[in-house]
Amino acid sequence: MEDLPDAEVPHTDPVPPRFHTGRLPNSKAGDGKPRLLLMGQRRSGKSSISSVVFHKLPPSETLYLETTTRIKKESMHSFMDFQVWDFPGHLDYFDPAFDVDNIFEEIGALIWVIDAQDEYLEAIMRLNTTILNLQHSYPNINVEVFVHKVDGLSEDYKGDTFRDIIQRVQDELSDHGYENAPVSFYQTSIYDHSIFEAFSKVIQKLIPQLPTLEALLNSLCSTCHIEKAYLFDIMSKIYIATDTSPTDIGSYEICSDYIDVVIDVSEIYGWDRPSENGDADLQETGNNDAESLITMERKGNNYLYLREINKYLALICLMGDDSPSEKKAVIDYNVGVFQAALKQVFPRAERDIVVQSPS
Amino acid sequence: MNTSKRQKQRKVLLMGKSGAGKSSMRSIVFSNYVAKDVRRLGATIDVEHSNIKFMGNLMLNLWDCGGQDGFVENYLTHQRAHVFSSVAVLIFVFDIESREFAADVISYSAIIRALSENSPTAAVFVLIHKMDLVQSRLRQQLFEERAEYIRQASEGFRDTVEFFPTSIWDQSLYKAWTQIIYYLIPNARGIEGLLRELAEVVDARELILYERTTCLMVTHVTRGAEGQNPFTDRFERISSILKTHKQSMAKHTGIPAGSANFAEMQIKTGRFMFFITRLTENTNLAASIPPSEQVFNAARVNIALVRPKFAELDIASKPRPAVQQAFAHSADSERWEGHVEGKGKEREKEWEA
Repeated sequence: MEDLPDAEVPHTDPVPPRFHTGRLPNSKAGDGKPRLLLMGQRRSGKSSISSVVFHKLPPSETLYLETTTRIKKESMHSFMDFQVWDFPGHLDYFDPAFDVDNIFEEIGALIWVIDAQDEYLEAIMRLNTTILNLQHSYPNINVEVFVHKVDGLSEDYKGDTFRDIIQRVQDELSDHGYENAPVSFYQTSIYDHSIFEAFSKVIQKLIPQLPTLEALLNSLCSTCHIEKAYLFDIMSKIYIATDTSPTDIGSYEICSDYIDVVIDVSEIYGWDRPSENGDADLQETGNNDAESLITMERKGNNYLYLREINKYLALICLMGDDSPSEKKAVIDYNVGVFQAALKQVFPRAERDIVVQSPS
Repeated sequence: MNTSKRQKQRKVLLMGKSGAGKSSMRSIVFSNYVAKDVRRLGATIDVEHSNIKFMGNLMLNLWDCGGQDGFVENYLTHQRAHVFSSVAVLIFVFDIESREFAADVISYSAIIRALSENSPTAAVFVLIHKMDLVQSRLRQQLFEERAEYIRQASEGFRDTVEFFPTSIWDQSLYKAWTQIIYYLIPNARGIEGLLRELAEVVDARELILYERTTCLMVTHVTRGAEGQNPFTDRFERISSILKTHKQSMAKHTGIPAGSANFAEMQIKTGRFMFFITRLTENTNLAASIPPSEQVFNAARVNIALVRPKFAELDIASKPRPAVQQAFAHSADSERWEGHVEGKGKEREKEWEA
């Protein structure tokens, strides 16, 4: 840990950095309550996204969601607190009656949702107007474009639509003299993991400690022969960091599904039991942090390891072939070290837990 | 041995209107499909037969009967005796969204009539399917209305027919199929007895026996305070969890879903410890035990030791006297044909000599 003493200190470069610095572009450094704004045309899927990702609504139930008529503000209390603002699609965001400064002041990221199954030209036009308007006052806002509902499109058509949207947005922006705008694009759908993956990337840009986390995970992976390690936010299933080896969506999916398994089973058997008399002396043998392990039947298949890191975070590792379960004790120890290191990276989170727990 | 194998074949008819979701549920329960994959399925032509080996000596002979009017006509006329004879269970699927509910019921009663002529001893299960398409507050009421209406049309099966609301998108499908399978398993009591003994020995809060390929629950044993667990649907939920996990593993590792079995899954928390491990060739055992490392390890060892006993019960056609003498009252190997009104609990008649 001594190698990275500055991990928590926000960057102070005179040139405003664009990507992955983790600094919140427009907010006072360190107050750590970024805002995610969900915007886009009506019926593009904004409320569905926010319900599926943050409220665990089954995707099929989103059919019954009603039109959003006013800004819905929701606070997420997790490893870092952030707010999600769901905007009604029909609003003109730059109407003078609106307090623009108030909306965009502490923004962490602007998520623009485009329905890929619908006519998207108007959506792109509005997106560009928004970006150009924002460019003056808040030049460093991360603009994240979700090309949404791609589940309904064929593979070819999906790629074409995606490229077409990127092309159109960028062309128009550069026509207005705005080259290399900080706009990222994602293909998303609430019916698979892509929406979580996209949110993970969006959130990661807002975490100042990301490089430190990645370094820690890298070192854990190399020591324990871990193929891939993810640090998950348990509640939202967004991963806030992973080691720097190449990611494929498959390993994210399997880890995310694994969390579901553990959470679901924990919910079923973790109910409040009436206190059992005489069992008090057995209490100390239970695990404080949940842990879980899945070994596969066939030889040579990977196995999965999960360890609760704190109230919000869980570490999930996909073990490589050369790391048989007999070495679990060593892995347990190393993960313990990692956990201790993480406490130093997120001292605030730990303090919050202490403060919040009595309430 | 050969004959006893054959006698354990149970003919299960899966019927219902075209598009009601028969093949979809069959694919999900028995062929490791995911709910969203079933839209790739085409219409079933005539009858699709599948043999499903279940719990060692129970062989489900599942007839997935295409529901288009032409086929149904054919079942009721030319093939009447062929289709409806020696049926153990009829599963009839209604589509809740159907616009011609009355017509569906008429077709249902025609089938019921054919069944009562040829297999009066069969059990009838009615699944009211696609419940997910109804808004959740209306579901219960609509289900009860439909069930009552269908019951009136059930003629000779009026008192025994059982109704289940189902949807492929949640665990209700597993709940219904668990009941059906439980009804069909020949030696459920014996398995239950042994499981209860095991639960005492390992001090488990709960033991649940799952069939391995379908992840359907065979039976379970609950001890002490666990009986007050607020999640009364936990068995189906775990079925559904296991199934989903299996698919996820298969997808990731690229091995067929049928063989993507885990050797063991452990979950340890401060409140409980839980593990699922393989018990016999066809079953997995899930155990929920108090949060203690010692109990956990002892339970694992004990379960490993008890495997041969269960393996015997799983495959053997001879009853084990110690557990079963209480009910093995008859040497009549054909007796299973004879139980009609069994609500799934009167399993005694089914022992093989």
